Amino acid sequence: MARLYEYLSKKLLQEGGIRIPDGGVASTPSEARQIAEQVKKPVVLKIQVWLTGRAGLGGIKFAESPQQAEAIAKQMLGMKVKNFIIEKVLVEERLNIKSEYFAGLVIDDSKKCPLLIFSSAGGTGVEEIARSHPEKISQIPIDILRGLKEYEVRNLIRKTGISGKLLLRLSDTLTKFYMIARRYDARSAEINPLVVTEEGLVYAADCHLTIDDYAAFRHPELGIEVAREFDRPPTELEKIAYQVEESDYRGTFYFFQMAEEIPEEEPYIGFNGAGGGGSMMSMDAVLSKGFKLANYCDTSGNPAASKVYRAAKIILSQPHIKGYFASGSGVASQEQYHSARGLVKAFREENLAIPGVIRLGGNFEEEAAEILATYLKDIPAKVEGYGRNDSPEFCAQRLEELIEENSRHSHRVKPMMEPSLPEDCYSFKTLTGELAIDHQKCPRCKTKGCIEACKAEILKLEDGKPVLAVSPGEAEKGKCTECLACEIFCSFHEQNAIFIRLPIPGLKEYRERIIEEGERS
Amino acid sequence: MAILADGRSRVCIQGITGREGMVRTRLMKDYGTNVVAGVTPGKGGVEVYGVPVFDSMEEAVEKTGQIDISVVFVPAHLVKSAALEAIAAGVNLLVLVPDRVPIFDVLEISNFAKEKSARFVGPNTLGLVSPGKAVLGMIGGRAERAREWFRPGDIGVSSRSGGMTSAIAYYLTEAGFGQSTIIHVGGDAVVGLSSPEVMELFEQDNQTKMVVMFGEIGTTQEERVAALIEQKNFTKPLIAFVGGRAAKSGTRFSHAGAIVEGSRGSYESKVKRLKEAGVHVVDSVSDIPEMAKEIRNSLGGQ
Repeated sequence: MARLYEYLSKKLLQEGGIRIPDGGVASTPSEARQIAEQVKKPVVLKIQVWLTGRAGLGGIKFAESPQQAEAIAKQMLGMKVKNFIIEKVLVEERLNIKSEYFAGLVIDDSKKCPLLIFSSAGGTGVEEIARSHPEKISQIPIDILRGLKEYEVRNLIRKTGISGKLLLRLSDTLTKFYMIARRYDARSAEINPLVVTEEGLVYAADCHLTIDDYAAFRHPELGIEVAREFDRPPTELEKIAYQVEESDYRGTFYFFQMAEEIPEEEPYIGFNGAGGGGSMMSMDAVLSKGFKLANYCDTSGNPAASKVYRAAKIILSQPHIKGYFASGSGVASQEQYHSARGLVKAFREENLAIPGVIRLGGNFEEEAAEILATYLKDIPAKVEGYGRNDSPEFCAQRLEELIEENSRHSHRVKPMMEPSLPEDCYSFKTLTGELAIDHQKCPRCKTKGCIEACKAEILKLEDGKPVLAVSPGEAEKGKCTECLACEIFCSFHEQNAIFIRLPIPGLKEYRERIIEEGERS
Repeated sequence: MAILADGRSRVCIQGITGREGMVRTRLMKDYGTNVVAGVTPGKGGVEVYGVPVFDSMEEAVEKTGQIDISVVFVPAHLVKSAALEAIAAGVNLLVLVPDRVPIFDVLEISNFAKEKSARFVGPNTLGLVSPGKAVLGMIGGRAERAREWFRPGDIGVSSRSGGMTSAIAYYLTEAGFGQSTIIHVGGDAVVGLSSPEVMELFEQDNQTKMVVMFGEIGTTQEERVAALIEQKNFTKPLIAFVGGRAAKSGTRFSHAGAIVEGSRGSYESKVKRLKEAGVHVVDSVSDIPEMAKEIRNSLGGQ
């Protein structure tokens, strides 16, 4: 779930008509001073992280003067809290708090509706209050089509013992709160504390909105880089992977890194699962062998070969891994030859030197195993293919043995390379890339096997050379399924005349940096 | 009997002309599912594997008659519109295959379905199969594989993981156990028919004598299954596996979630509740066939 920082959450509240403390967000100490000067009151400074309990981490401090605000901001900016480097602090007026409340919104999976929650006791430890004083907590299911009515909110708050003007002010705020959460597809939201000041005004003193990953596309203005469940900001490689996922709707590609660093002496492996349940089972199998996971990756839902190729290239951008382990449920409904070809193209390009155990069980597993066995003969690494009758435990055992045989050799990240092709090379665009054929090499070809390899039947022979049998527009719109079969056939059996360019924006530069860092250390 | 689908139900496929729609239409037809129509707005008039394609659900019903089930293969952001259209056209069961459907869209579909007494499986589901009768969705991949992996019998299978749905059924088949219906309820937090609702359907089904459930961490589904058993609303033998033991429990971000759910949702909570309710909880998926044998033997001895 995509988390929003407090300052951004508050901005959305303000736009929706809820009062927030006067102030602003600062990225430098002098900005913090300027904000404090404008506020003209004592201020509070709050580090911007996706964590609760910031006060205990030294992340919330008070300043009496702009100078003091600047000094505190200087300490806070750049400090490391759990996995975060602090880049922003929120500088706000200190409120004269009279009382604190809690407002929250969650989605109830059993009732299948949003649930609005109010507590007449807010602030820290609100879960504890919920247990010890259930009478202070009130909740109401929301009819999503009819919307939330203000009288419902008044009843919600009334039940916690609040009446009079305060009841009206709080119900106005909560009604707006739901509308804002709904407008931005919030998966969960909370204002804690919701504050009433000595002056009798209602303020959202702290707020967190979490946006539904699957609806983030509707809200480009929120600037969500990676709409995934993270408890830290995404890494560079995760951002690159997310772009791949976003730009190809065919199947799922989920990638995150599990190690901050991959020391050469430790037994890390690159992990490529398929499907949540099968991936978890497979991870358990490799972990029980004493391996560590450099990353988690899931390529499932019948991804195109090109998507699996990109996943493998990203996994293999992690230095020092000792092996590549791919395994899902074992009885997959997806067409496993796509995954096999994606891995083959990536492994051949990398000239892979660490062992791989690839368990592509299920639909078309025999074809998948044959593709791996045939086309990975001439790379340095030993790659073994397995199917539904081979357990994850057995496959993890094989990986362990192969890594031993390979003397625990570490993976070296290589620069992204492309074959040099003649400038006037025959080419056409595909859904996510470009297919080029060097026709000068075709006269030496005896089999013309690319035509037969193309199951989508978009290639035909013209003067003994493969050309498009459909219009370039059709090929680009997806008639070319990017199954990679023509390129793999041609590179292994024939003249190596076909190259499918599948760009991964940012990966070239990323690898250059990794290589440079490796050389320096 | 099986649940939800048999060979007679009249089935429509929304998004039939897309990549997945076409491949899975073939799977369903080859397997024997009674596919009577397809819908892709703007592509009315063509045929896909002999199935006539219409511009709207209403037109499909006008031209072919009542449609019982619609299997949806449209892109995620169009799922809500397709589902509401199908429900409005009188369809009473939807299978929503796509992943990444916005959660508020699912809530809207749920609301409208309730109003019209329709039900839905998914989103983010491989679908379901009643072996020997019908496939809905993409489970099995191809008809010949679906026939090989899944055999008719008396064990119901319900799973929150797509791949594990097929895997469990396949391992049961290998061990000599057939299945009544195999269903992937969908991987999302909010799904149409969740595990407890599937248990209620299996309870009413005469063919089903025993059920296997693959649970996962998160949501309240497994806890609700336990409650169902304690209320005697589900009385058949149940074997369960809960995935996600190794998942680290991260910093809880939402107080609101903690207020509503308490400790529900965790691996420990689910296993504890299921065991208290007398469910046969196994530690490994590979133990399922053996457990089924034990239960079968004890039932036979009665």
